Amino acid sequence: MPETILVVTEQREGKLNRVSWETLAAGQAIASETGWTLEAAVIGDGVSAIANEIAAKKTAKVYAVESPALKTYTPDAFSAGLKQFLTSRQPKLVLMPHTYQVRDFIPKLATAMGRSVVSDCIGFRKDKDGGKLLFTRQMFQGKFAADVSLQCDAPWFVTFQNGAFRGDKVETGASAAPVEVVKVEIPAETVRTKPQEVFKEAKQAVDLTQAEIIVSVGRGIKEQKNIELAKQLADALGGEIAASRPICDSGWLPMDRQIGSSGQTVAPKLYLALGISGAIQHIVGMKGARSVVAINKDHEAPIFEIADVAVVGNLFDIVPPLIEEVKKAKS
Amino acid sequence: MKILVCVKQVPQKDAPLKLNESGTWIREDVSYEVNEPDAFALEEALRQKEKHGGEVVAITAGPARAQQVLREALAKGADRAIHLEDPGFVGLDAFNTARAFAAAIKDEKFDLIFTGLQSDDYGFAQTGVILADLMGWPHATIIMQIEKSDGGIKVKRELEAGYFQFVEMPLPAVLTIQSGINKLRYATLIGIKQAKNKPLRKVTLAEVQSAIGANLQKIERMYIPQKTKKTEYLEGSPGEIAKKLVDKLRNEIRVL
Ligand SMILES: Cc1cc2nc3c(=O)[nH]c(=O)nc-3n(C[C@H](O)[C@H](O)[C@H](O)COP(=O)(O)OP(=O)(O)OC[C@H]3O[C@@H](n4cnc5c(N)ncnc54)[C@H](O)[C@@H]3O)c2cc1C
Repeated sequence: MPETILVVTEQREGKLNRVSWETLAAGQAIASETGWTLEAAVIGDGVSAIANEIAAKKTAKVYAVESPALKTYTPDAFSAGLKQFLTSRQPKLVLMPHTYQVRDFIPKLATAMGRSVVSDCIGFRKDKDGGKLLFTRQMFQGKFAADVSLQCDAPWFVTFQNGAFRGDKVETGASAAPVEVVKVEIPAETVRTKPQEVFKEAKQAVDLTQAEIIVSVGRGIKEQKNIELAKQLADALGGEIAASRPICDSGWLPMDRQIGSSGQTVAPKLYLALGISGAIQHIVGMKGARSVVAINKDHEAPIFEIADVAVVGNLFDIVPPLIEEVKKAKS
Repeated sequence: MKILVCVKQVPQKDAPLKLNESGTWIREDVSYEVNEPDAFALEEALRQKEKHGGEVVAITAGPARAQQVLREALAKGADRAIHLEDPGFVGLDAFNTARAFAAAIKDEKFDLIFTGLQSDDYGFAQTGVILADLMGWPHATIIMQIEKSDGGIKVKRELEAGYFQFVEMPLPAVLTIQSGINKLRYATLIGIKQAKNKPLRKVTLAEVQSAIGANLQKIERMYIPQKTKKTEYLEGSPGEIAKKLVDKLRNEIRVL
């Protein structure tokens, strides 16, 4: 029997998190490279409708893993339920998206099974001899990449970073895959945490999603008073000011101007990054920009990997003449 | 409340990093600092102690140089520290690191363990959650607020895209702390002086060896990521660069 790859998708309140399609695309790519069988699962209570949605894609089988205890997410219930399910199916490889929810429970699940997780991967490859399957992940905040092998028995756990695979490239199956509902038993005392409703902090005062031009500042701006310089540039360009997380954490700009995984996702015509290193949690919020211009004094800053136009230099030298040139061009 | 805080020493944010000869790790002759989320975890532990009383203990695993992050923790107000000291701790995977910590604290009784939500070097985002499972304790990750509640704690979990959620749980528990949960303090001169007399327990690799095993994952090769995008670099004096950039904004990016 060939080995199986199991993609565990993520749903919230009956809706599939679209990053699940990326993980399914990853599973399809690994399946075609290895010849292993691809299966998928969705976890929750009454999730067969989502299972059917997934079954339209190219997979051998889709499981709806169900229990009333899985209705609301808790790390205890999810790892207990999945452990039961995985122990009975014995897949070789278990893939999940590296979401906030997955990173909350997958290390516990793997530990409970005596296994290990290669987390937050951006790709995979076979090693030179074509034997070992390697998973590529970022190291040192994206300054390096590493190919990592698993040294333990199956199941191998791997999570993929948001954007690592194209969700719109997921292949549709010739016919719908069979769906099996699997009931798991989770005793009430397993679940020790009591989650409350998910909420949004405050009404957002600014909507950056519609902005055509965004000037975004990072920690390279050094001091609160220097924000003014970036604002002047944004004003000259007729754009909005935004920032990386540490700037908003420090209260230098309001939270609703934060770009990234825990902030807003934007897609302007121009995203001008001033003194931003380009950590993945920032990139996911702005990689949809049509053009990225980055000014950073470190020529190895990861932001340059996604920049269309790069300026290696001190922003305090470059921004003042830039403001003047923009004003001249506009007048 | 008795709180253990796991802190890690990582290369300084703007330290120029170079690959080692075998291409599996960095050359370690760089300057180091405390992993940023861990600094917030320590700060939160100190604030909880100031509110509710108790003790704050800082723990790290790493070579002799890593003692610096413990000294800083003691100077900021931690009561004592534990150093799992050996260069070998640098190469442990998250499962082994957590197992080593669990072994080192087996005779202690903590109410809470804090870690940063991930480290700037490996970025596993796993050690805290693994430790929770090994201890048999509940946990929550990416925490932005902690309050005592009846019979336990109530914490605010950060979710994606500006969403949050409160979660209640009994103690003892493990929490992984997000940067920005609080405002960091600086060590005072008196604090730095007092730190010298605070207890710092050393644990050797041999003492925890029986609790850990072979790494379950291995870095086969580390390298500088390949650029996939074509990037145009603008060069010249600041004035020249400004002119070239405005030209691009007008004629290619078309926003002027
Ligand atoms: C779960 C999670 C969620 C997160 N969510 C977000 C999020 O939504 N948004 C977000 O932004 N981050 C988020 N982060 C944090 C993220 O990992 C980074 O820490 C953060 O983006 C770094 O911000 P930065 O680039 O401004 O700072 P740094 O990484 O410190 O970079 C500063 C940059 O400025 C450059 N610089 C310094 N001086 C100058 C100068 N004079 N001229 C030019 N360049 C200079 C430096 O070379 C460096 O590259 C999250 C992290 C986690 C773990």
